[in-house]
Amino acid sequence: MINIFTRRSAMALAASAAIAVTAGAPVAAADWKPQKPVEMVIMAGQGGGADRLARLFQSIIQKENLSSMPILPVNKGGGSGAEALRYLKDNEGDAHKIMATLNSYYTTPLRTDIGVDITEYTPIARMALDTFVLWVNADSDIQTLDDWVAAVRASGGEWKMGGTGTGQEDSLLTAMLEEEFDLDITYVPFKGGGDVAKNLVGGHIDSTVNNPSEQMGFYNAGKSRPIVAFTPERIAAFPDTPTAGEEGHDIVYWMQRSFVGPKDMPAEAVAYYTAMFEALSETEEWKTYTEEKALMADFLTGDALQAYFLEERAKHADILQIMDEGSS
Amino acid sequence: MDVLALLADGFATSLSPVNLMIVIIGVTAGLFIGAMPGLGSVNGVAIVLPLTFIVPPSSAIILLAAIYYGAMYGGAVSSVLLGIPGASTAVATTFDGRPMAQQGKAGLALIAAAVASFVGGTISVVLFTLFAAPLADLALAFGPAEEFALVLLAFTTFVGLGGDDILKTIVMICLGLVLSTVGLDLISGQPRLIFGDMPGFYSGISFLVLAIGVYGVGEVLHTIETSKSAPAVTPARLTFRELADGLRRMNRLWKTMSIGSFLGFFVGMLPAAGATPASLMAYGIAKTTSREPESFGKGNIEGVAAPETANNAASTGSLLPMLTLGIPGSPTTALLLGGMVMWGLVPGPMLFIEQPDFVWGLISSLYTANFAAVAINLALIPLFVWALRMPFTVLCAMVLVLCIVGGFAPSQKMHDVWLIAGFGIAGYLLRKADYPLAPLVLALVLGPLMEKSFRQTLIAEQGDMMAFVERPLSATFIAIAVLFFLLPLIKVWRARSGKAAISPAE
Repeated sequence: MINIFTRRSAMALAASAAIAVTAGAPVAAADWKPQKPVEMVIMAGQGGGADRLARLFQSIIQKENLSSMPILPVNKGGGSGAEALRYLKDNEGDAHKIMATLNSYYTTPLRTDIGVDITEYTPIARMALDTFVLWVNADSDIQTLDDWVAAVRASGGEWKMGGTGTGQEDSLLTAMLEEEFDLDITYVPFKGGGDVAKNLVGGHIDSTVNNPSEQMGFYNAGKSRPIVAFTPERIAAFPDTPTAGEEGHDIVYWMQRSFVGPKDMPAEAVAYYTAMFEALSETEEWKTYTEEKALMADFLTGDALQAYFLEERAKHADILQIMDEGSS
Repeated sequence: MDVLALLADGFATSLSPVNLMIVIIGVTAGLFIGAMPGLGSVNGVAIVLPLTFIVPPSSAIILLAAIYYGAMYGGAVSSVLLGIPGASTAVATTFDGRPMAQQGKAGLALIAAAVASFVGGTISVVLFTLFAAPLADLALAFGPAEEFALVLLAFTTFVGLGGDDILKTIVMICLGLVLSTVGLDLISGQPRLIFGDMPGFYSGISFLVLAIGVYGVGEVLHTIETSKSAPAVTPARLTFRELADGLRRMNRLWKTMSIGSFLGFFVGMLPAAGATPASLMAYGIAKTTSREPESFGKGNIEGVAAPETANNAASTGSLLPMLTLGIPGSPTTALLLGGMVMWGLVPGPMLFIEQPDFVWGLISSLYTANFAAVAINLALIPLFVWALRMPFTVLCAMVLVLCIVGGFAPSQKMHDVWLIAGFGIAGYLLRKADYPLAPLVLALVLGPLMEKSFRQTLIAEQGDMMAFVERPLSATFIAIAVLFFLLPLIKVWRARSGKAAISPAE
């Protein structure tokens, strides 16, 4: 009985594998496949943009059968992602752990000595660049960037900007705004972008620089208002919201959404995941999502991605230095 | 406004034969997952999530909700039988559930837990049905200051409950708070208390590791010492007459269960608060309002019913911010949220308007999942109780294995296993010295929440401490907290002066 059973399930497996191949699913160069569920470490807390996106990736992978094993998202957002970075470092050579990154991938190790060197990690794929928008509560009188600057100035340093942690993307962007307009803003850290968005709508903070995906629900319900977009062109989803550049202030800032593996991840595993994400980037779901949520899909892998990481790290080091000079 | 019509449509979906079967499978699986220390609704939902893409979204969410519910019921099983809370929400259930099991009344305790969970779940689903939309605004009114005040209130309820020795309770809370600061600081990202540079401490000390250590290993050590060779757990039997009798006794607990349901629902609804403070507060209120408060902690059935009602009500309540605001209140609801995004549903203020079929299908499935869970749970109680009839020598070894596996599985680090061993020995010694363990464990759960909201408020208000009392909601919570804190002190002072009057020689 047992014999028949295993033979049957083996056949079923072979059959499903064949279907997968003909359906155009990724075929890695080598025959390597994950042997157990793959842990997808997320460098941020639950409910924020990074978290939602990572969970979307997971769902598409499962739905389209892009991985032979389930993908399990794990949030390790503590200390601006230091928890996740450290976790990946402690799992050197592990072929079953991948990490969804944000820009804190560069900034956290630059700001705090947590014994992590990001050049050691294995770059897998960059899926997209996310955009930033300045938001206020829909009940506020602020309509334009100039209104906002005037309101912040009038508050005498008590203007509350919500964000996801000192050194995170939104705090850098806040620092850039402070620098550009010579303002003094109180930055209040929360556990994730979702929490930030909710606190803006609840009136506990005065403005945010959320990603569009984090505010979209409240925006559609008429509870929050976009003021300016920090992009070179207007965002398709908010045709009436000008860019900062149009208002005469050239502030552009992106958030990268990439995946990396731990140091010394086996090459076959890297090939497998790269192919998996490439197939993912071509699915209908992903294409629709990027359009709806105002994301720039920009696929990049391997050495080119590593070069991009290094370039961005240098840029962020400069911004951080300006921040430090500003505060001291 | 025609909520009932919408709900009826929802039932048309959730009562179809396929969906009914899904509910039964989901609840049974959830029950066993929840009953295992170390496994909880998070693991259950994560494993099943991919399977849900082969069925329509409404069936999928029904399956996930059934597992979520089943696991909440199952959590009480290990609290009562083994004295190990499988999740922080079930800590309060051990206070009286464990003593009941030791008195051979494990069956009764489990019946109380099942019925209380059912009542809590049902009342909160009704509240959910009627008030989901307006209540979302209340959740929005909760900022960091209110969050802090609420956690403070939860703390004071158990300073009040410690009862026997307030000083020892406070010492244990402080110790728990110290343990909760281990790891990376949320706001600055700096590592704290990592003992030189031990990487294992970077992610902090998890609730599960501490609870399994002090309750699981500590309890086994303690039992070995006190029982020598005689079994400490009275072999329990459960007949149908006893089951019926147990159900009748639940009739008298209406007051406790109603308070627990309302409290649980409202506290669970607030983002970031959740079921743990709710279950504690319900226990605290049950004890304070009881005619015989001294019997609590020694196997009072009300002490099982109160937290179980509240934690189930809270788990329903926590679905509210997820659906209406898109903010998950717990790891499990975060997974549900992930699933919804995939099915093309956008949680948030528009969901109720744009996707009524889905929302009402889900709500109606909570009713059916509740009925299925209580029926299956009651049917399985004899099996759970039977497990206790195992010889102590066998049970003891099995509990230790469960402890180690349950501690290792979530993070897969040996570091955690060593910590469990250390906490086990420490827990055993603390128990010998009569220190209460629950405040220690709960301080570890609530400490990070309290610290975070406290610092956020102070940053936002430029360091002005008055912020906590100037806002009406947080001021109310703080006032109640002060009252709770003073209550036992007054009692102690009264008892002392009474004693002094009787025997002035002392």
